[in-house]
Amino acid sequence: MSLLDYFRSTKKKTASTAKERLQIIVAHERNRRSGPDYLPQLERDILEVIRKYVDIPADQISVSLEQRSDELSVLELNVSFPDEKR
Amino acid sequence: MAKIIVVTSGKGGVGKTTSSAAIGTGLALSGHKTVIVDFDIGLRNLDLIMGCERRVVYDFVNVINGEANLKQTLIKDKRVENLFILPASQTRDKDALTKEGVEKVLNELAKDFEFIICDSPAGIEAGAMMALYFADEAVVVTNPEVSSVRDSDRILGMLSSKSRRAERGEDAIKEHLLLTRYNPERVAKGEMLSVDDVQEILAIPLIGVIPESQAVLNASNSGQPVTLDQDSDAGQAYLDTVSRLLGNDVDFRFLTVEKKGLLKRIFGG
Repeated sequence: MSLLDYFRSTKKKTASTAKERLQIIVAHERNRRSGPDYLPQLERDILEVIRKYVDIPADQISVSLEQRSDELSVLELNVSFPDEKR
Repeated sequence: MAKIIVVTSGKGGVGKTTSSAAIGTGLALSGHKTVIVDFDIGLRNLDLIMGCERRVVYDFVNVINGEANLKQTLIKDKRVENLFILPASQTRDKDALTKEGVEKVLNELAKDFEFIICDSPAGIEAGAMMALYFADEAVVVTNPEVSSVRDSDRILGMLSSKSRRAERGEDAIKEHLLLTRYNPERVAKGEMLSVDDVQEILAIPLIGVIPESQAVLNASNSGQPVTLDQDSDAGQAYLDTVSRLLGNDVDFRFLTVEKKGLLKRIFGG
């Protein structure tokens, strides 16, 4: 890398931004595709209930169903609460 | 046994018809009897890309409805031996393709042809589903650009769940990634997703990389499949792709920026 490139590279290249964004959205959509059809509605319902108590943005919740073995699937619920700022 | 290959992408304008025409022509040039079927009912364009738009008399839907037979409807290519085109209908009736009708036509084609290339319409509507339903293999055409990659992933999901092979619990459709409009210079500058990036995200084997090329527009302007322009980079890249489809191990070309030599710099090229 030349000296000039060193100064230029402080700005992030758009291709790597594209890759990161794609990795996230594709993983998310694949997850949803493999799960049962009721999962998105379940996610919305849970979000509604939580919002009665804490105001969280919609992207701070994720629900997934993981097939651990033939007899066992685990429903995983992930909610990130916002930082307490007072 | 005929092999049915769907050329699909989800997103429009990425080069499905160009690729169908180029791959079909390449297979025929290699001596394999090939038919390219246009599934884009209402928006027929394969005929134009293949340069036979004025020879269309009957179409796919006429055959399904029994208004014409295959022999009357198939258009024989005048340049390449063993190459035929089945044009789509221009009807606005979206339900013109029935599963039973398409199956009947494909079964009849299978008796006579080695390769049946199904040129899918864009989107995930009935026409696109019909084009992929009977496939043995799929060429997923993708541009190195976010919306195209995302839509390709969506189509990969359809291939593994909505096809006849999936419904019957048979071996899955063999999927191939075809990256088109690739610009190595922009990749080198970090402005475009690289082959490795796209492959890492979609996680399917690579069958070809077609460089962004003037030859493609020139080919479509004149109704010549780009594989007939064998001096062009895109034409050669498609021929490599066809060779890989036929099971050959071919090195990938046109992936890096061509270094211009002194003579080329002076005289151009």
